[in-house]
Amino acid sequence: MTDLCKENIKDKDGFETMYLNMGPQHPSTHGVLRLGLVLDGEMIVKAEADLGYLHRGMEKLAEKRTYQANIALSDRYDYVCSMNNNFAVALAIEKLMGVEAPKRAQYIRIIMAELNRVVNHMLFFGFFAMDIGATTALMFGFREREQVIELFESVSGARLTYNYFRVGGVARDLPSDFVQKTKAFIKLMRERLKDYDILVTDNVIFRDRTEGVGVFTKEDCLNYSMTGPMIRACGIKYDIRKDDTYSLYNEFDFEVPVLKNGDCFDRYQQRMLELRESLKIVEQALEKLEPGDIQAKVPKVIKPPAGEAYVRTESPKGELSVYLVSDGSANPYRFHLRAPSFINLQILQKALVGFKVADVIAILGSIDIVLGEVDR
Amino acid sequence: MGILLDEAPYILEKFPGGGYVITSADWFINWSRANSLWPLTFGLACCAFEMISSNMSKYDLDRFGVFPRPTPRQADLIFVAGTLSKKMAPRLKKLYDQMGEPKYVISMGSCSNTGGPFYDSYSVVKGVDKVIPVDVYVTGCPPRPENLIQGIIKLQEKIKKDTIKNNGRARIFNKNKS
Amino acid sequence: MDAQEYLTKIKAKFPDVTDVPVEKLKDGIPALSCPAASLFEVVKYLKEEGLNFLLNLCGTDYKEYFEVIYHFTSLENKVKLALKVKLPREKPAVASITPLHAGADWQEREAFDLLGIDFPGHPNLKRILLPEDWEGHPLRKDYERKPDQYD
Repeated sequence: MTDLCKENIKDKDGFETMYLNMGPQHPSTHGVLRLGLVLDGEMIVKAEADLGYLHRGMEKLAEKRTYQANIALSDRYDYVCSMNNNFAVALAIEKLMGVEAPKRAQYIRIIMAELNRVVNHMLFFGFFAMDIGATTALMFGFREREQVIELFESVSGARLTYNYFRVGGVARDLPSDFVQKTKAFIKLMRERLKDYDILVTDNVIFRDRTEGVGVFTKEDCLNYSMTGPMIRACGIKYDIRKDDTYSLYNEFDFEVPVLKNGDCFDRYQQRMLELRESLKIVEQALEKLEPGDIQAKVPKVIKPPAGEAYVRTESPKGELSVYLVSDGSANPYRFHLRAPSFINLQILQKALVGFKVADVIAILGSIDIVLGEVDR
Repeated sequence: MGILLDEAPYILEKFPGGGYVITSADWFINWSRANSLWPLTFGLACCAFEMISSNMSKYDLDRFGVFPRPTPRQADLIFVAGTLSKKMAPRLKKLYDQMGEPKYVISMGSCSNTGGPFYDSYSVVKGVDKVIPVDVYVTGCPPRPENLIQGIIKLQEKIKKDTIKNNGRARIFNKNKS
Repeated sequence: MDAQEYLTKIKAKFPDVTDVPVEKLKDGIPALSCPAASLFEVVKYLKEEGLNFLLNLCGTDYKEYFEVIYHFTSLENKVKLALKVKLPREKPAVASITPLHAGADWQEREAFDLLGIDFPGHPNLKRILLPEDWEGHPLRKDYERKPDQYD
């Protein structure tokens, strides 16, 4: 980082560039991310990201914990969507062992994963609009989040780090009023979405600050290995739930929205459309639920045979994949999480050049990162 | 308030009725400090989301006078919410030093109390009290918002027991007048 | 083209690329084992043939040797392929593929930081997750933690 400070370019009038440090403690960087910016007046000439302020060494810790404890540890990677993290790790362990969860457990898993996608996109809406300046949106986002958190709490007992999935199924069955409460929530959510459109989507200031800002092309997306809503807003139609399907997603009828401009407004609009599709999936899953087992028969101490597996899932931020190597003992030999936020963030060094300081917040907010995943 | 608080209590003590004045001044200053704690937003990891949730409409913290500020110069409380890694620790010390007196620290969550689920990691500081002094520890992983509110109320009780003869600070520093 | 055709074409063009035994791969993704010297050419050939999306780059420490695994896919025809490179224990080094796939930039820096694998040709190979003055590579199996001021 110190190399950036030494680069000051002088122009013919004697003006120099300035180095601005958006340090680890900043209200808009979504956590402890440090950005070093070299500015020429208000325009950015060079940008570099400095990571590692939340590095907890989780990949090394995973080698000391048992397989079931790894599912509990995986909650803390992307702490906004814990259910999706649990899903990826549980699927990887099941692939190594060759077991499959029973049907009721798979439907419950899909309901939880899609409800977590709704929570994540609600929080994205709240934080993105607040970064642009509309602070009321954050209150709305958290108000809806509280409704879903109550549902999750009735099922798993916790508000943020659920540890609900087990190898071969889920931990506990749904309480008796879960289906009825979820249907009431879906109905409420669809009405509230109209409020959000009036407040934020059709707002002149929001549109001016996000349309045309931070445009990514299709070649950028392929080159920088980006996944998730980022590439679907640029025109590439690829969703792992449809194109490389896992669990029982192929039984559901939902669309994959694709937009074409690739700017901040399209990335926002993409997530709002995906939210509506997730509500459709939850409705269909609630209809398909039938009584049955919630966990397959697995031994008490889980020791998968030696081998390796790479399992891909679609988390709300992109492709969340787990590469797991086992050597036959009760602890994993190597656990690697392919974190979507870490890989999506690489484009920042190229995307910020030529924009103003105020646009940094808009572009960073539209990438939707969580530092727990970036730094692991 | 500098000269008034530093010198006045020791002069007033000697006069008849001086103790009564000090006690009333104590009550008034502690009441105003306890009911307008402005925290620095220092959310590091998962606990940050429960901290933000506590500021939102369901568990409103604004009714306790708590109003988050982004800069340490305007804050007198710091919630350390989340895991402190070794790369971040010098920055926390710097921010703490930049806050003005009197300042208080609430350590929120297991990670900042003792290192939490990552206690055996190579890059995690085992507890924030190895870097800065802590007033109240709030337990949980992450703590529920009700838990955090109880922590704030405990801090308010601690502040209300303070006296201006300690230079008005909630913890006794090694100053010559304590 | 499906996965088997890719495998035959690559093995025909690069004779030193071999198959990996299938019993160990539980996820159904075919894998090839490639020597470190010809990795850059193989990746370039894959990019021209359509497998132009790098999914994952990850290093592992098997106690006698290091191994780096690359996963590729194509967003059009949905084929997945894995490449494994074995590296010696002292001075592990393999050519960086950042000029072909810019998404490998930070992933290679992370492998360098945590495992000590060198990537000649990388534009900016510095530590990324740990502080700049950290000694050692923590993800290695023989890493000893040195006590410091925070313990």
